[in-house]
Amino acid sequence: MSEVAMVVNGRKVSGAVEDRTLLVHYLREHLGLTGTHVGCDTSQCGACVVHMDGKAIKSCSILAAQASGADIVTIEGLADGADLHPVQAAFKEHHGLQCGFCTPGMIMAATDMIRRHPEGLDEATVRAELEGNICRCTGYHNIVKAILAASKTMAKAGKGKTKKAA
Amino acid sequence: MGVEGIGARVARKEDKRFITGSGRYVDDMVVPGMKHAAFVRSPHAHADVKKIDTKAAEAMPGVIAVLTGKQLKADGIGNLICGWMVHSKDGTPMKMGAWSPLAVDRVRYVGDAVAIVVAETRGQARDAAEAVEVTYKERKAVTSAVDALKKGAPQLHPEADGNLIYDWELGDRAATEAAIANAAHVTKMHIVNNRLVPNAMEPRAALGHYDKAEDHYTCWTTSQNPHVARLVMSAFYNVAPENKLRVIAPDVGGGFGSKIFIYPEEIVCLWASKKAGVPVKWVADRTESFLTDAHGRDHVTEVELAFDDKHRMIGLKVDTIANFGAYMSLFSSSVPTYLYATLLSGQYAISAIHANVRAVYTNTAPVDAYRGAGRPEATYLLERVVETAARELGVSPAELRRKNFIREFPYQTPVIMAYDAGDYEASLEAAMKAADYAGFEKRREKAKKAGKLRGIGMSCYIEACGIAPSAAVGSLGAGVGLWESAEVRVNAVGTIEVLTGSHSHGQGHETTFSQLVSDRFGVPIDSVSIVHGDTDKVQMGMGTYGSRSGAVGMSAIVKALDKVEAKAKKIAAHLMEADEGDIVIENGECKVAGTDKSVPWFQLALAAYTAHNLPGGMEPGLKEGAFYDPTNFTFPAGCYICEVEVDPDTGVTEIVQFVAADDFGNIINPMIVEGQVHGGIAQGIGQALLEGTSYDPASGQLLTASYMDYTMPRADDLPSFSVSHQNTPCPGNPLGIKGCGEAGAIGSPPAVINAITNAIGNNDLTMPATPQTVWKALHAATKH
Repeated sequence: MSEVAMVVNGRKVSGAVEDRTLLVHYLREHLGLTGTHVGCDTSQCGACVVHMDGKAIKSCSILAAQASGADIVTIEGLADGADLHPVQAAFKEHHGLQCGFCTPGMIMAATDMIRRHPEGLDEATVRAELEGNICRCTGYHNIVKAILAASKTMAKAGKGKTKKAA
Repeated sequence: MGVEGIGARVARKEDKRFITGSGRYVDDMVVPGMKHAAFVRSPHAHADVKKIDTKAAEAMPGVIAVLTGKQLKADGIGNLICGWMVHSKDGTPMKMGAWSPLAVDRVRYVGDAVAIVVAETRGQARDAAEAVEVTYKERKAVTSAVDALKKGAPQLHPEADGNLIYDWELGDRAATEAAIANAAHVTKMHIVNNRLVPNAMEPRAALGHYDKAEDHYTCWTTSQNPHVARLVMSAFYNVAPENKLRVIAPDVGGGFGSKIFIYPEEIVCLWASKKAGVPVKWVADRTESFLTDAHGRDHVTEVELAFDDKHRMIGLKVDTIANFGAYMSLFSSSVPTYLYATLLSGQYAISAIHANVRAVYTNTAPVDAYRGAGRPEATYLLERVVETAARELGVSPAELRRKNFIREFPYQTPVIMAYDAGDYEASLEAAMKAADYAGFEKRREKAKKAGKLRGIGMSCYIEACGIAPSAAVGSLGAGVGLWESAEVRVNAVGTIEVLTGSHSHGQGHETTFSQLVSDRFGVPIDSVSIVHGDTDKVQMGMGTYGSRSGAVGMSAIVKALDKVEAKAKKIAAHLMEADEGDIVIENGECKVAGTDKSVPWFQLALAAYTAHNLPGGMEPGLKEGAFYDPTNFTFPAGCYICEVEVDPDTGVTEIVQFVAADDFGNIINPMIVEGQVHGGIAQGIGQALLEGTSYDPASGQLLTASYMDYTMPRADDLPSFSVSHQNTPCPGNPLGIKGCGEAGAIGSPPAVINAITNAIGNNDLTMPATPQTVWKALHAATKH
């Protein structure tokens, strides 16, 4: 057994887990955060993407023990209270989801993608960067549209903030 | 149209829970005392089971029970069945082999379950499953349906001599052969429709809970049709009588057909829950999904299309061998017959059609309906042969199609179906315009200068949806009626619950069904709740598949709304002392037309429940139910155009343009309809370019059993799509809806392959057109 302690969605959590427990299983089965999904067993589908210390990772590819000490954000912790994150709002507005199973991973990956591209995104970049997330429902058309829209919204909001600070 | 009514592009009500991680799928369910299951599965494609030794597994940490097929049979659990009877052309019924939920004496495909292990944790169950010692005596296996029909092939079931399930035909053989004999031109092709794995992103799962005190079972399962699951598990598998079995399909992460069928796992989890005395949950891992979800397609066909000297289609002869896998899945028999051969007329007036279909057992996963189910196979066949014929005849593919389009409706085809409405010319024109078909040659020249081979291909599809009139499918062998039910409950303060037998697993029913109600009464969609997926809440339903939730499911809601409206008008007329015929309900009010008298909707609802002042003899309350049985199939149709660039050095194909022009009849929510088309096209392009299911022919091992081996379409494999609608309302149902769920997957594969064969100058190309396949076909063409 391993003792793990981490911050998940801003809350300190700790406990003992079987050594082989993956982070995704720790989140789902120990913490009850079932928004993070398991869609494959080969780290291909991306349904399990969460943020660890600010970066998107596949939580099926890391042991809970390895994540001990880290700061984790899951889909449940992305919205600011009742206010949806701009990426969540864009997925809804642009019909970027159907069955919803891949959606948490998509949104977490997209959020990280937008963060890594402060210069903005184009369709080819979004499609290339979504390589690690599989969706069977949408044909990606509206996911791409949602991410591009969110990227623009966030850039505008970012500029607004800079102006205010100045 | 109100802002939230029919035709409005309303954002989905259900999205909030999915985008915040609050969706509730089967694997998210936790029941007190719940334990976890793992299945022991055959590593062999074909073998006798000599012995199962569970002792070592039982001694493993956390293990609660290890149960085998012998115990299951001893408890009277029935075999799985195929619920659609098809007769061979000699009149004999299909030959259905026995399928025990846990194999007893013999295993017939890799993944066939032989035992279940129940343990404290999922990990412990899987560890113990590894420790169950099964002694097998291997038999020779056969994975190709063509090979399975050969003399001396390994035999799967004693019931099916020569592995032949049925040898079925439809249409007029003599007339078709005569047409071919007298034709001015005949195009012949050998067409393979590749086997696909549906791959809904949520793996199948089941949670069985037996309540000893009540002698009652609850099953949470990943199902597209929980009521059918309850019916079948109760009537045929002897799990429990219907009143002692509740089936719940909560949020379901995609289905595409693969979650229609009742699989061994849900039956075994329910049984194991009673046996082990604990709630039992099983969740497939992705490899289990690949091995045991029902696969789709897998046809091998010889086709001949005959033309007269005016290029009119005069005869179509089709000879198909359909691979059914190791067992007959729930609706397998209907797919290559009544959902396939009945669509072979396509959009064309063809005077004579004959189809012969042989269904065959092989040592592979069972094959059943996958998005489109039979109709993609028919469309691929016909649209490949039509495009090839145009090339052979030296005429434009569009002209050849135009010349043969059906233009008058209703139109009775020679293969059962009677098309009710359509305008094939309109979608062809719209697609050609959107694709700038006329400008293609210029683009081809430009691509050539850049060292690329550019090609364009089209496909004009038709499908039969809204499945289906109960009497019609009954006469064709279906074991069920395919109506739908609905109940509309107006609460005392005017909010509304709609109970439906349709099941949403991505289709957005919570939104579109609410739009119907909003349209009728002018109430906001937020005051409407859709209840579905639970046999304790909704009495009966037939579920979601065959693009039927709009045409059939919503029609049932319309019928129930009609009844509610009629009663509401009576009450309103009584309250306002007006004539019932003068009452209109709109914008959340009941009004007397031409006056300023009105009663708000919520007050009317309250009046129905206080019952202080109702018309004489009227029962209190405002709640109505309805069953809707369609009078015909619906016939969505359209034209898809694909444009590709092939790199001649590598064979890599890039889709540079994809245009869809569809006729879905009336549309409730265009945003959702477009989303359905996008997803369908992606699956069709997946089939055409990427997805190949490969069994090793000698060992019967599935070589493509993970996302490392089976190529799912990813975002960078696909373009954005151009989607439009040219709608002719369906005359057969009250909303004029045809259905849109499967069109994309039906229409797109031939468009893609026609584009590639156009680019490389070789009509002989099989799916998936991987770079290697395309490169080989290109070089075979240049050699000659």
